[in-house]
Amino acid sequence: MNLVRRRRLAVFGLTAPAYLWLALTILLPLSAMLFFSFLTQAPFGGRQAELTLGQYGAFLDKAFYRTLAWRSLELGFYVTLGCVAIGYPAALALAKYVKGRWREALFLLIVLPFWSNALVRTFSWTMVLRGDGLVDRMVQAVFPGAPSFGLLFTYPAIVVGLVHSFVPYMILTCYISLQAIDDSLIEAARSLGASAWAVFRRVVLPLSLPGLYAGVVLIFVPAIGSFMEPRILGGPAGIMLGTVIEDQFTVVFNWPLGAALSFILLAIVLAILALAYPLLRRNLQVA
Amino acid sequence: MSETKGRSRAPTIAIVAAIVVAAAVAAYVLLRPSAPGELHVLNWQGYGTDEAWAVALFEERHGVKVIHDNFNSEQEMLTKLRTSPGTYDVVLINSAFTEQAVAEGVLQPIDSAKIANFADLSPALRDSPRFNIDGKLYGVAWVWGVTSFAYNTDKIASPPDSIETLWDPQYAGRIGWRDDAVESVSLAAIATGQDMNHPADLDKVREKLRALKPQIKTFWSSEDEWNKHFTAGDFDIAVYWSGSAARSKKAFNLPVAFVIPKEGAIGWFDGLSIAKDAPNPAAAHAFIGFMVSPEFYVRWDNEVGAPASANAAANNQLPADAFNRVVLGDAAALERLQFMAPLTDEERAKYLEIWEETKTYFAQ
Repeated sequence: MNLVRRRRLAVFGLTAPAYLWLALTILLPLSAMLFFSFLTQAPFGGRQAELTLGQYGAFLDKAFYRTLAWRSLELGFYVTLGCVAIGYPAALALAKYVKGRWREALFLLIVLPFWSNALVRTFSWTMVLRGDGLVDRMVQAVFPGAPSFGLLFTYPAIVVGLVHSFVPYMILTCYISLQAIDDSLIEAARSLGASAWAVFRRVVLPLSLPGLYAGVVLIFVPAIGSFMEPRILGGPAGIMLGTVIEDQFTVVFNWPLGAALSFILLAIVLAILALAYPLLRRNLQVA
Repeated sequence: MSETKGRSRAPTIAIVAAIVVAAAVAAYVLLRPSAPGELHVLNWQGYGTDEAWAVALFEERHGVKVIHDNFNSEQEMLTKLRTSPGTYDVVLINSAFTEQAVAEGVLQPIDSAKIANFADLSPALRDSPRFNIDGKLYGVAWVWGVTSFAYNTDKIASPPDSIETLWDPQYAGRIGWRDDAVESVSLAAIATGQDMNHPADLDKVREKLRALKPQIKTFWSSEDEWNKHFTAGDFDIAVYWSGSAARSKKAFNLPVAFVIPKEGAIGWFDGLSIAKDAPNPAAAHAFIGFMVSPEFYVRWDNEVGAPASANAAANNQLPADAFNRVVLGDAAALERLQFMAPLTDEERAKYLEIWEETKTYFAQ
């Protein structure tokens, strides 16, 4: 009895700071924003605000907000796909084929971008991607006379920049799953006559799904809310729901509309995660 | 026992006394009226009034110490005036915001007879209804500028003279645009022959903006970004500010020429005002007179580069090839300007909605 109580106290004591911190830094501001989203205007500087559903109504009234929501989701999809395509093979190679010091060195290279400022990374992409930029010059050097092209201020430029920002998450989550797979399982499958492809499809891939799904969720959610990379790399193609939300807060001081759009985006994300929940639960339990 | 207690109480009393004294000193420092020998100026940082040589000169002549405080937005400036009455003497206000400041009661009328050089100011700016409210003067026109477009003289041989250049299919994909809702709506209103600040037909504005879709290569948001895009050849024609165009040409040697189109352009002007209950109104009047003098303005423009002066006599003393004389000295061009007026929050929100809808259309 006493032991149970003491253990409960210990659990409470150990987790309380974290919960308190989360409540202070996330729950309170988020509740305030939820409240703002039902107001006619931001209640600062002696302005009188009234309760309204109008901010949410704007999303239904104006078709372009829905277009933007769809654009943001689409961007999240492409970025996640790009991260899977690059990150998963890299994680597989690191976990199963690279050993010792090389692995450490490669990990360092993967984590390196985390240590540089996101804004600096994004601006360095503008130099690489612009017409007559690094990529363009390299292509010209290999194929003289090839037509000049610049990716900067196009949709692909945004995807490139965001994939670069997020791919380390995918590599790390997949790596953790992949290196936990016992090599003897793979050897057993091979000794029973499975081809390399069959081993991957029926042993390695299913066992690494938890890491893959964790990476997808970690990347998809922030990618659809991104606004800095689209603004800098996308030029006229850079308008997303995230950039419009930013404008409401910084340009016209329309906090209620910005908050309402944020919560609509949050609702869409939650709906998608709820739909994927059966899949996620099955696979994340293994981890 | 009680002796030890008594001894330990003494330091406590000393600490409490020290705190009380410190609080009293702090309250005195914070709440005391400005010393008679001080002049408090509220302005953007690095915007003329705080030029070190000018401050030194004024202090020497008038025997007052000039103290600056800065703001980063018009809203911040208004907040400082509201929350610190009796602190500031001179404040810089964009003419589009002067009426709001007067309505909130944070300014006091200015005695134009005490402003040196007042007679030399351009009547169009000096007598503007933005500054003259209910028969009283609340702002002295100081500097002004134009928002329009600039082009690359190396790549475009014949100087454009129409705002339609921005919509010319010949320059499709070579136009730079500032990602700003109010400015975009204003330019489209000018191009469709409407009142720039309160266009009557917003559908026409919307259509005009949508027609920019094939034209715009990229958006810019700061002078530095503009120069980088221009140098990299991202655009050859772009919306720009007159003062920045002067700096791009003079300080960065870029082949830039600025256009005031025949249809008109966006004009803005800043005034110097005196805060309500200013502690030192006499010095405030003197300081404003000094700021609009040719003596101050010519050196400011030569050394740093400034917007055009509201004092025509000051502009005329600039070197003959100075940007502010060549481009903005054209009286006929000035007639075509429309000046920025106060907008309501509803208008701002509406313009942003139109601009975001347009940008969504661009991206599709």
